[in-house]
Amino acid sequence: MPENTDSVILDSAAAATSGPALIADVDKRDKPRSLWNDAWYDLRRKPVFYISALVILFLIVIAIWPGLIATGDPLQCQLINSLNGPSSGHWFGYDQQGCDVYTRTVYGARASVEVGIFSTVGVAVLGAVLGGLSGYFGGWLDAILSRISDIFFGIPILLGGVVFLSAVKGGSVTTVSTFIILLGWPQLARIARGAVITAKEQDYVLAAKALGAGHGRVLLRHIAPNALAPVIVWSTIALGTFISLEATLSFLGVGLKPPAVSWGIDISSASEQIRNAPHMLLWPAGALSVTVLAFILLGDAVRDALDPKLR
Amino acid sequence: MSDTTLPKDPEDAAATAAEAAVPDAATALVAEAAAAQLADREPILQVRNLVKHFPLTQGIIVKRQIGAVKAVDGVSFDLYAGETLGIVGESGCGKSTVAKLLMNLEQVTAGEVFYKGQDITKLSGRALKAVRRNIQMVFQDPYTSLNPRMTVGDIIGEPFDIHPEVAPKGDRRKRVEELLDVVGLNPEYINRYPHQFSGGQRQRIGIARGLALNPEIIICDEPVSALDVSVQAQVINLMEKLQDEFNLSYIFIAHDLSIVRHISDRVGVMYLGKIAEIGSDAEIYEHPTHPYTQALLSAVPVPDPEAREHRERIILSGDVPSPANPPSGCRFRTRCWKAEDRCALEEPLLAIPTRFANVDTPAKHESACHFAEEKDVVGAA
Amino acid sequence: MTVIDDISDVPTPDASLAPLLEVRDLHVEFHTRDGVAKAVNGVNYSVSAGETLAVLGESGSGKSVSAQAVMGILDMPPARIPKGEIFFQGRDMLKMSGEERRKIRGRKIAMIFQDALSSLNPVLSVGYQLGEMYRVHQGLSRKDAKAKAIELMDRVRIPAARERVGDYPHQFSGGMRQRIMIAMALALEPDLIIADEPTTALDVTVQAQVMELLAELQREYNMGLILITHDLGVVADVADKIAVMYAGRIVEDAPVHDIYAKPAHPYTKGLLQSIPRLDQKGQELYAIKGLPPNLTRIPSGCAFNPRCPMAQDICRTDVPPLHPVGTARGSACHFWKETLGE
Repeated sequence: MPENTDSVILDSAAAATSGPALIADVDKRDKPRSLWNDAWYDLRRKPVFYISALVILFLIVIAIWPGLIATGDPLQCQLINSLNGPSSGHWFGYDQQGCDVYTRTVYGARASVEVGIFSTVGVAVLGAVLGGLSGYFGGWLDAILSRISDIFFGIPILLGGVVFLSAVKGGSVTTVSTFIILLGWPQLARIARGAVITAKEQDYVLAAKALGAGHGRVLLRHIAPNALAPVIVWSTIALGTFISLEATLSFLGVGLKPPAVSWGIDISSASEQIRNAPHMLLWPAGALSVTVLAFILLGDAVRDALDPKLR
Repeated sequence: MSDTTLPKDPEDAAATAAEAAVPDAATALVAEAAAAQLADREPILQVRNLVKHFPLTQGIIVKRQIGAVKAVDGVSFDLYAGETLGIVGESGCGKSTVAKLLMNLEQVTAGEVFYKGQDITKLSGRALKAVRRNIQMVFQDPYTSLNPRMTVGDIIGEPFDIHPEVAPKGDRRKRVEELLDVVGLNPEYINRYPHQFSGGQRQRIGIARGLALNPEIIICDEPVSALDVSVQAQVINLMEKLQDEFNLSYIFIAHDLSIVRHISDRVGVMYLGKIAEIGSDAEIYEHPTHPYTQALLSAVPVPDPEAREHRERIILSGDVPSPANPPSGCRFRTRCWKAEDRCALEEPLLAIPTRFANVDTPAKHESACHFAEEKDVVGAA
Repeated sequence: MTVIDDISDVPTPDASLAPLLEVRDLHVEFHTRDGVAKAVNGVNYSVSAGETLAVLGESGSGKSVSAQAVMGILDMPPARIPKGEIFFQGRDMLKMSGEERRKIRGRKIAMIFQDALSSLNPVLSVGYQLGEMYRVHQGLSRKDAKAKAIELMDRVRIPAARERVGDYPHQFSGGMRQRIMIAMALALEPDLIIADEPTTALDVTVQAQVMELLAELQREYNMGLILITHDLGVVADVADKIAVMYAGRIVEDAPVHDIYAKPAHPYTKGLLQSIPRLDQKGQELYAIKGLPPNLTRIPSGCAFNPRCPMAQDICRTDVPPLHPVGTARGSACHFWKETLGE
């Protein structure tokens, strides 16, 4: 049974009035221990964290240097190999165009990681800033931003994707990421807003104001560090879902388009040949699933470490 | 209302107060009484007719006010240099709102707070920041009043970041260590985080932060109510020691009547946003004249089993009414055993009751009751 | 009720003489990241029908944990009961099956918590929650259960019970909610009530009402009452006897009059001196130095020794047993005679 970061509350009734009892004496042996240290300590003891982190690290490495493990060229295809099954040197087999499935799967990681990272950073920045400000200042700003995010919430993401992306006729990582940011920020804004509202009602914020601290100091020194945890957790999980969203959009033909290399595109073409060449589907779909799962597991582990109360 | 300077002459003060909108006669009497009683001393803080109404609104986009929670509804008192003024009352009486109003953490609905002749409720920006150096606060909950992501050194040093003129940059660490020492904590703890301390130690950190700017006034909102009994005494003693050492004036807000008596020179009893009775600690505890004060005092459990046989308990019926819809006339009348028709029609003013006005008795202190009479409920006299 | 074999060594089968509840040598520990926290370290106490025992202590003293062990509501793990016996009406509850204990909980032993708002279900009406006790345990119909609920609300003097029976918990004030909690505890007419800081969250004037109600109902039903509190004033008002806990042990155990007149343990003495008095204005308060111990590192010998003004070498090495003081009290201090001033 994992414990609370700093103590176990034994005397539950008394704890409500006088707080945890176990940390009563601060021993000289105890080192200064920030909450981030505590979270890191918890993370380091979780196998799930290591597994998901290794998967993600591996993914990032091959996204940057796919040549490390794939010697071929994903666009060098020979129709003569079309739909050939696994063979020595080409263990994943060939697709309809006669491209090596292994090479394409490895190269497909880049698009996924790029879209995932760009859209998550965009969503996190936009959502945290807008949500944070609307939570902190409240009033008309909050009313307007909340209504705008409600409108974005109302747009079904796939339908919106089909309409928007076919309208802009894009097909690059940038257009797909832009679309995801556009529709994704309200959700994070909502989380950031909630976290900021919780943090701003704490006495330490009042104490800072009583000292004469301005909005900037209150927001950056007191609220942001305490509202960050849910934003980090949500962003980690969202990165996985954005990668799968990119694949879905590409599958539908409105996301990335050939000659780009993407798992979604490969899954799409594989689905047409599902009876003749199931191996075509297996590898890109498998890679996608493992990637999404890794981010979700990492997000869960981080959440447990950052906020033991959420369990 | 725009007049932000306070005339030095007490009579002028009374006149100014009388011009104010709400129950003006009461204010005049307060000012007069204060002037008469304590003419030789200059108040450091003068609170006049403080009002705070929190609007109750309805509607999602267009908000329309449907009422107001009258958290503080016409509170006046003075605070003198070096003294401790205790404010007691039950939850919902508005005592914590008074603290926030005095700190300018909430905007007043009406009324003035004069610090050295200046109405601080009207200040903003640099002028307000300057006043904050002199009025600081200690919070109730030592678990939420310290930022969990900051080290103790950063927490106590933050006042110097905000008011760099108080301590030059090179001096700050030394000042923080001195402050830790003053409140009885090991200066080596400077890099630790709040969760590594117990409740009592955290409250000491909060006190050190309050002291950092060398304020004249510290407003303490239930500073020991979250602490264990054996630790409460330590913190109370520390606060008394610091008061002597730095010549601090305290406004000590609490619901624990015993602690308030111990630390206070004068005590105000609040009920539903108003002061019911105010006087020196002996006047309030040994010669209470307001029925609410009497009931409150008699309800306090005394750690003496012998007392339970011969102590008279006044058990009030019912609960405190909602501050959104307070009773007409005297606010206490719905729970008062003395209430008559007059109490519903006519609001009693906070003043020295006429029957005691010309007698020299400890019962001669301000009490907002039509039927004020002395009753010793504590059994101390 | 049948007595099972393995507890045939219980002192007396005569239930009228035996205490209602007897806790013997109870130990509770918690496994934490920082080690094993010894929350309760060998606690003995007993309550008879119609008697009020106050268990007094600060946070971390083990007063609530021991009560939760009696009630059988400790989370295990992280908690563990390595040793001890809890006899209720002659039977050791720690040896009972989960099913048997569940039958006792609520029917025979009921608990009142500090925070009534979080102990009541916010989406069900108060009348429904009160009636549930009767529907589940006694199989009453909805209508009869509601009638019983109204009767119960009358009994704990909630004004206009008939009109308010359909109201939800948040529509009641703190004092009224605590009355509802009391009503719930009383519903099945238990033999023992454990009240964990029942009035701590309430205002003084309301506190007095609730305490008086509790004492009155206790007399009426001749129940045993264990009152867990940190408030020496509340204890003096209602308790018959008092057990003072420190770091998981009972340090002093006495009839209520004796302890206030002449404490026999330096901790009790220090506590009594450190609270300001309403009826006198003292000088500086006496303050017990230091802090309560970390339960993962309880000092050797007497746990109070680092804070005790009377501590000698023996206090740092030997755990003091509970010395009998006179006939009905005990003090776990090597120097209890000196403390008493004899």
